Amino acid sequence: MKIFDTAFGLHEKALNLRAQRMEVISQNIANADTPGFKARDVDFKNVLNNVQQSGSLRATHAGHVRHAGSAGADLVYTVPFSTAVDGNTVDISVEHAKYGKAAAEYQATLRFIEGNIAGVRKALRGE
Amino acid sequence: MSIANIFGIAASAMNAQMVRMNSTASNMANAGTVGGSAEDAFKAKRPVFQALLHEHQLDQGAQFLGGVKVAGMVDDTAAAKKMHDPGSPLADKDGFVYSSNVNEVTEMVEMMGAARSYQNNVEVVNTARELMMRTLDITKA
Repeated sequence: MKIFDTAFGLHEKALNLRAQRMEVISQNIANADTPGFKARDVDFKNVLNNVQQSGSLRATHAGHVRHAGSAGADLVYTVPFSTAVDGNTVDISVEHAKYGKAAAEYQATLRFIEGNIAGVRKALRGE
Repeated sequence: MSIANIFGIAASAMNAQMVRMNSTASNMANAGTVGGSAEDAFKAKRPVFQALLHEHQLDQGAQFLGGVKVAGMVDDTAAAKKMHDPGSPLADKDGFVYSSNVNEVTEMVEMMGAARSYQNNVEVVNTARELMMRTLDITKA
């Protein structure tokens, strides 16, 4: 059905991306005590632009870090406020804040999709 | 499924922090032990964490991608304390025993660090679970 292909618009892809970003941040939190671990993040704006242009996630640059299992979201290394002696660049409080924000953003995208579903449902009922 | 993956990542981290907490408990328990020589004395044990990236994951046969693992245990290199205690059955011919190199203060700090990191990951799981439930509720919209 054509209507469902486009009903959720960009939000469907955005939701995937938001979940992926949360995964990357949870990786950072998990490795907060791992020597030499470099904190990473998803360049959301950049990736979403690529998605809009190509319709799918892809690496557009040879230097893009590919993340395991993902559709190839572009990962970037974060610039740490301070580096530990063991080379770890995870700022646990910053990652915590990021994780909370990412969760809120995920819920926001979810709300948009819920709105879309409600709209389609209303249209189908024909009230 | 990214959200489901978060559970695995956080679980691997909680597991690693538990190993750290266990080794701390073992170190504390053995803090007062002595040995007959510097080599026989108990050495504080510490886990070495290693990030699990895609390459490592395949060898591990895990159900999730990413996370952290305990790559191994290393002994603390601090020197064993030499004490004069001729009455001890473990004393060497000069009457010396060698106590463990465990520093209680360091171990307490390690324990608190492990507990905090564990809590952080519990928090991660809670948020992920909440979002997963919200996503399931999407059909009720």
